Amino acid sequence: MSKTVVIDGNEAAAWGAALSRPDMVAVYPITPQSSLVEYLAKFIADGRMEAELMDVEGEHSVLSVLHGACLAGARTYSATSAQGLAYMFEPYFRTPGLRLPIVISLVTRDAVSPQCVWGGQQDAMTVKEVGWIQMYCETQQEICDTIPIAYKVAEHPEVMLPANVCHDGNYLSFGVARVDLPDQALVDSFLGEKNINWHACLDPSRPMAIDPLTGGTAGGGPASFVRYRKGLCDGMQTALKVIVEAHEDWGRRTGRYWAPLIEEYRMEDAEVALVTIGSMSGAAKDAVDEARLDGHKMGLVKIKTFRPFPVAAMVRALAKVRAVGVVDRAVSFGWNSGPVFQEVLAALYHLPLRIPAMSFIGGLAGADITVEHFARAIDRTQRLANGEMAVGPVWLNEND
Amino acid sequence: MHEVRIHGRGGQGAVLASAILATALVEEGRHVMAIPAFGFERRGAPVVAFLRFDDRVIRQVTNIYKPDMVMVIDPTVARSVDVFAGTPAGSLLVQATQKAATELVVPANVSRVAVCNAVHIALDVFKRPITNTIMLGAFAKATGLVSVASLERALEHTDFRDAGLAQNIEAVRRGFAETSVLDLGRAAA
Repeated sequence: MSKTVVIDGNEAAAWGAALSRPDMVAVYPITPQSSLVEYLAKFIADGRMEAELMDVEGEHSVLSVLHGACLAGARTYSATSAQGLAYMFEPYFRTPGLRLPIVISLVTRDAVSPQCVWGGQQDAMTVKEVGWIQMYCETQQEICDTIPIAYKVAEHPEVMLPANVCHDGNYLSFGVARVDLPDQALVDSFLGEKNINWHACLDPSRPMAIDPLTGGTAGGGPASFVRYRKGLCDGMQTALKVIVEAHEDWGRRTGRYWAPLIEEYRMEDAEVALVTIGSMSGAAKDAVDEARLDGHKMGLVKIKTFRPFPVAAMVRALAKVRAVGVVDRAVSFGWNSGPVFQEVLAALYHLPLRIPAMSFIGGLAGADITVEHFARAIDRTQRLANGEMAVGPVWLNEND
Repeated sequence: MHEVRIHGRGGQGAVLASAILATALVEEGRHVMAIPAFGFERRGAPVVAFLRFDDRVIRQVTNIYKPDMVMVIDPTVARSVDVFAGTPAGSLLVQATQKAATELVVPANVSRVAVCNAVHIALDVFKRPITNTIMLGAFAKATGLVSVASLERALEHTDFRDAGLAQNIEAVRRGFAETSVLDLGRAAA
């Protein structure tokens, strides 16, 4: 039997993790993640969760501890944000190459400087090329559900990659809503027999070198490195299929069918589309409804899975629109636009026609993106469809 | 959908009050989205918490700018911030004050005022001026949209740092009993 509770997104993540029965969690607190790891400590102290908790001296150690545990065959979990992720980066970079199916929640936060402790997706977007799977949640319920799904995907024998389940700092981390906690037996049956790191398990009776020196120009060096890199890319591409299957399996068991790669909202006959990601999407859908009431054929594509990028699904969704507006909660300094905007442009290149597109940036450092902000983005994207030149990026909170 | 903005001061439990009210509303089958405003939190500074509730799923994960219900759990915070900002016609004010409802000066878009001498009750119940759960009782009386029984069940799910469950149940009951509601005879929106 599931149980209805009223909790914030950090507690929903802690429940999603606890229900996935990790063997080892390592933690270091950072705003806005802190209450999440405090919930884990409480669950363990209360006997609701059997994991071993290691309270270490910083995020570099958090992930290094999880590496060791995962290599020994443990299911592992942690959570971090912004500067904590930055401090974790050295082992973070190693994790996909080691093919370790570790799950870490990113409670997304803007990066400093300037100093700020509030939500934004700059942290997660900055590590998009490292080889971790990234899934972004829209609601507290989706956070709770996506963590078991992430384990199912990460540990799949043809994927074997680490996964970040991302939820927006502040709005989701501290926002309270009703959540149906799935029954433990349901999650146990969904995840099945635990079989982690069958390919490289630390075992004293079977000594093995892990992470051998590869590359260089000597005999077979380049080929060996390419083999690992290609394998990682193949694992990422396979993950697209496994993510869809895992979401469908979860939907059959819970009745909650989350869109696995992208969600198409009112796109059937849409002439103009917004692209959104994360918790901003709810207000954006309300703004789309208002535009529809005014007679505009407006639609929305929400990204759930950002890594690997769902190119085929995105191209299919946007193939028939006349203009696209992409709303980012982070900045690509190299492109003077939002990072998701560049990803969408790259996907649109697969189409024979050039579809005009514009970048909107909002919600940085805890700023709000309201229905009114989205109405402005919709209006500007419609004018783009009608021939007005693109400018960009549009900073939605510039005058707030 | 109703949109509630709760005004208080840091340390009085405005954010916790919004979470308890959210839990009580879910007890009654509603959907909720409660979000604390964030800034440079410190004890005594004005703070705000937001709560939406509806019979349908709520999609907006945003702050509230046009609340039709304003709950002020501190008697003096209205001197520092405009607690009526953005309120539409037909709004409700639930105010912690020792004044009578007829003595309050409210703008024309407020059509109902509920007052509760919450500090007096708090000093009685908690021996400290912590008014959050008392004002939840006042909110129940003023709106009729949540029952004292649901609030009490929500309190049972809450971890209290500074007081016990029994004290908070008494606080909600006294808040409900000792709130007077005045309809100003103005039209709703």
